[in-house]
Amino acid sequence: MSDLQQIVTDGLAQIEQADSVQALDDVRVQYLGQKGTVTLQLKQLGQLPAEERKTAGQAINQAKGQLFSAIQEKKNTLMAAELNAKLMAESIDVTLPGRQNGKGGIHPVSRTMQRIIDLFSQVGFDVVTGPEIEDDFHNFEALNFPAHHPARAMHDTFYFPDGHLLRTHTSPVQIRAMKTMEPPIKIIAPGKVYRSDSDQTHTPMFHQVEGLVIGEDVTFASLKGVLNQFVNAFFEDDLQIRLRPSYFPFTEPSAEVDVEWKKDDGSIDWLEVLGCGMVHPNVLRSGGIDPEKYTGFAFGLGVERFAMLRYGVQDLRNFFENDMAFLRQFQS
Amino acid sequence: MKFSENWLKQWVNYNQSTTEVMEQLTMLGLEVDGVEPAAGDFSGVVVAEIMACEKHPDADKLKVCEVNAGNETLQIVCGAPNARVGLKTALSKIGAVLPGNFKIKKSKLRGVESQGMLCSEVELGISQESDGIIELPADAPVGEDVISYMDLNDQVIDIDLTPNRADCFCIRGVAREVATLNHLPVKTPGAVTIEPSCDDKVEVTLKAPAQCPIYASRVIKGIDNTQTTPLWMKECLRRSGIKSIHPVVDVTNYVMLEMGQPMHAFDAAEIDGSIIVRMAHKDEEIQLLDQSTAQLSEEFLVIADENKALAVAGVIGGLGSGVNDQTQDIVLESAYFDPATIMGKSRKLAVHTESGLRFERGVDWALQTAAMERATELITQICGGEVAPINMVRSEQDVPQQQTITLSVDHLNKVLGFVVETEKVTQIFNDLGFACTFDNTVWTVQSPSWRFDLAISEDLIEEVVRVVGYDQMPSHRLSSTDAIRVIPEQMKQLRAIKQQLADMSYQEVINYSFVGEKQLSDLDLQQDVFGLANPLNKEMAVMRTHLLPGVLGNIKANLARQEQQLALFELGKVFSKSAEIQQDDVLLMAKTGQQSPEQWSADDAKVDFFTLKGDVETLLSDSIDELSFEVSDHSYLHPGRQAAIKSAGRIIGYLGQVHPSVCQKMKIKQEVYVAELNVSDIQKIKLPAWQVVSKFPQVRRDLAVIIKDDVTWAAVAAAVRASLRADESLLYKLCLFDVYKGDNIEKGYKSLAMALIFQENNRTLEDKEVDKLVSKAVSFLAEQLNAEIRS
Repeated sequence: MSDLQQIVTDGLAQIEQADSVQALDDVRVQYLGQKGTVTLQLKQLGQLPAEERKTAGQAINQAKGQLFSAIQEKKNTLMAAELNAKLMAESIDVTLPGRQNGKGGIHPVSRTMQRIIDLFSQVGFDVVTGPEIEDDFHNFEALNFPAHHPARAMHDTFYFPDGHLLRTHTSPVQIRAMKTMEPPIKIIAPGKVYRSDSDQTHTPMFHQVEGLVIGEDVTFASLKGVLNQFVNAFFEDDLQIRLRPSYFPFTEPSAEVDVEWKKDDGSIDWLEVLGCGMVHPNVLRSGGIDPEKYTGFAFGLGVERFAMLRYGVQDLRNFFENDMAFLRQFQS
Repeated sequence: MKFSENWLKQWVNYNQSTTEVMEQLTMLGLEVDGVEPAAGDFSGVVVAEIMACEKHPDADKLKVCEVNAGNETLQIVCGAPNARVGLKTALSKIGAVLPGNFKIKKSKLRGVESQGMLCSEVELGISQESDGIIELPADAPVGEDVISYMDLNDQVIDIDLTPNRADCFCIRGVAREVATLNHLPVKTPGAVTIEPSCDDKVEVTLKAPAQCPIYASRVIKGIDNTQTTPLWMKECLRRSGIKSIHPVVDVTNYVMLEMGQPMHAFDAAEIDGSIIVRMAHKDEEIQLLDQSTAQLSEEFLVIADENKALAVAGVIGGLGSGVNDQTQDIVLESAYFDPATIMGKSRKLAVHTESGLRFERGVDWALQTAAMERATELITQICGGEVAPINMVRSEQDVPQQQTITLSVDHLNKVLGFVVETEKVTQIFNDLGFACTFDNTVWTVQSPSWRFDLAISEDLIEEVVRVVGYDQMPSHRLSSTDAIRVIPEQMKQLRAIKQQLADMSYQEVINYSFVGEKQLSDLDLQQDVFGLANPLNKEMAVMRTHLLPGVLGNIKANLARQEQQLALFELGKVFSKSAEIQQDDVLLMAKTGQQSPEQWSADDAKVDFFTLKGDVETLLSDSIDELSFEVSDHSYLHPGRQAAIKSAGRIIGYLGQVHPSVCQKMKIKQEVYVAELNVSDIQKIKLPAWQVVSKFPQVRRDLAVIIKDDVTWAAVAAAVRASLRADESLLYKLCLFDVYKGDNIEKGYKSLAMALIFQENNRTLEDKEVDKLVSKAVSFLAEQLNAEIRS
């Protein structure tokens, strides 16, 4: 039996030395193949006396098993190494730029407008819109602007030869909403407005968001509360606001709203950000709403103004130049 | 309105700081725009008199003056042309500090010693321009400090008045506001009654009493208008931004600024007969004080004599009847004109006057006599003259009435949302000068003659809350509605469309809604264009009928900035007018350059028709109806590369390559592809609806056919489907995977390779039946479209 012992020792050594799956397979054939050394030992069992056969058989099978599992183990190792070598050959430069589909974006004015809409939508404001070419009735008359009133002159209106005009504010939507909706009304109306004014701080077209709330318990104090919350939410900061008396023909009392703004040098400034007030009874009547029963408030804010403050844009005119280098800064 | 703070303090003597009171005014609704010192920061400047004035021995333009500075006589070298013997002026002595921390030292000018400097208004920061040294009145006390003599320790306050607060266009009005907030009395300087010293009179006829219900006039004769307006008055006018002209005009301006009554003075010698206040005749001409000639219409009110118009009432005087420094007899006017009559007239004449500004917003209708007396007093003090009685002509029925306005406690609280004590409300009305009674539930208030903005109870509420202080008002929550509102799922929101496009690599742009007419006609898009009556310029003269001109402009501008690859979209209204005005939301998508960003391994294929078509199909993949594309013929698009986009048989947009000649006109040197869609049509989307998901395998058959080049894929696909008849539902998908022309294909023909993928919901399809379906399709294609199977 020392033969067998020797065979196993030699076999294990050869398995250990095999450096490829092919070489290993050759070893397998040499020992465990049909004409392999161990196989031959099994075949010679019959020549042994019957009483030795069992013990010898067990020993041979044990040797066979020992070699077999050694081969398996070695095979796994070799295959893993081969796979690894193959994969390593496929290595790439992971710092090369990736393949992109290109990136688009929403215009900063739309983005700001959407943010404003989202904030008001949370508390139940519906979004409504109106035409940009308006008539005198909706833009002025129904909003309590008498003919030739100086407040009209302040609006720098673009007119059409047939008497139509480009709306100077989103407030005409108030009238349209009142005529089609029943109180309680809670709407915002975003959109483009036009004034014939063009310089560093004015563009002939800009965007406003109008707000209108009408109900039985709508008060001046609740207007202040809504605007306070809105400003704080929009800027994600606990900014102070200041209402001060102003004049709009369509609200009474009226107010301008200033926001307390920290300038770069640390000083504080009051910045005018929106106009508002309690809806004038004449306007409620124009919209077919009973001013004895209902009160309302309205506000109008300039979207570009809020965008400039929020994102630090210095020049209003950037918004309408549509320079990709500018627009890309707002891609998200 | 700009005014001197010291002047205001003559009317209401407050102790608070300027900053504090300005804050109060802003919070009362009189927004303070600016506060500036009345003069620069200087010291050591005194009143001095030039005693002698000789030419400088070595400089033509310089003079050597001997100047009396009170307790000393100094030699001063001065270059001012108006330096002369006897002139009293401002002297900065050695040691004086002028604005800008400019210290005056002893110096030599061209070899002559100068012991100080004679100053101009510019040098003292009093005005922006001057043409010589300051000329002080002859009685100015030599040696006195200029700051105290000219009362320069003062602030100029600029308030921005809203159109409703005409009452604050004067010191009296602002004083009333300050007094109300601080519970101080308002003083009335110069309230006088003048005893007449002659009985001259110009008859006045009110032919338009509704437009002019009150007209007071007075003759003052024998005045000497060559006198100098006193320094204090000149300074008040200067600080209000009004130039001194001659005493009569200065006084009328002064009274206007002080009391709010615009006045006018006529040269009595230029009035033919009586004064007639009437509407202008059609095309009546008048030469105005500013030398221009105005052609009036019948809506203008004029002050006329028996032959001609003397002045455009309330706006501007006529040149012919104006007062100059030689005028001896004047007729002073102090009138009330109906605001609606004056409104808009300044703009029509393009002359903006202080008078017009006040009359169109409303002048206190109880003020005319007091203003007349005040002006008379001041004119006679300066110019002498004999004073006739006031000729007051009134049309009582047209004089404005006090409004009686009621306000209930309930209504006040309901509108404000918080309670203001009733005693406080009553006090506010009283302080504002409103006559008022209160019966424990309702205030009854008489609107004063100077307020034109009080008509309804809400107007009174504003008065209450602005005096209480907007900053004192609590912030309340809006009682919130807890109703859940419907969000229509079959309506794609604009934001979703925009976000989808952004995700598809498009950048949103926003262009002005107006364009130049040429921008449209270059693209042949000028049909039904709607032009503005008053455009800002030619490039913004008409409303856009299309988004393309704007977006092409963006492409051009960005290409010029080395942005070679662009994907832009704009969503906005386009406008047209034929029978009616149309204004609808449209979406325009545009792409140019490479399909994907430049990258070391990326395909460098350029954008083409099918890039845009694919984007449109992706964007509209949730549409209710199936899309189809048909050849179209827009002149601004490439004639062979454009299509109408149809949904349910209706055109909802167009797609194609911008016509190369359009690009050439715009100097765009690369192909641009665009798609435009009606927004309302793409907003309607389908509600997802469940369908059986087959668990059985798909069977695929590839098929290549050779067919004439002018047969469209749409026709082929339709034929394949039609061939299957009742079994069409088994065709799960028909996919075109190759289009080939060239070698092995006859000219004028093409090869289309397609995959027919079949699937059944409840069983596995057998090869035999699929083969049968395919052969049906093959023979149908051959029959209908002369297609030949490519083997």
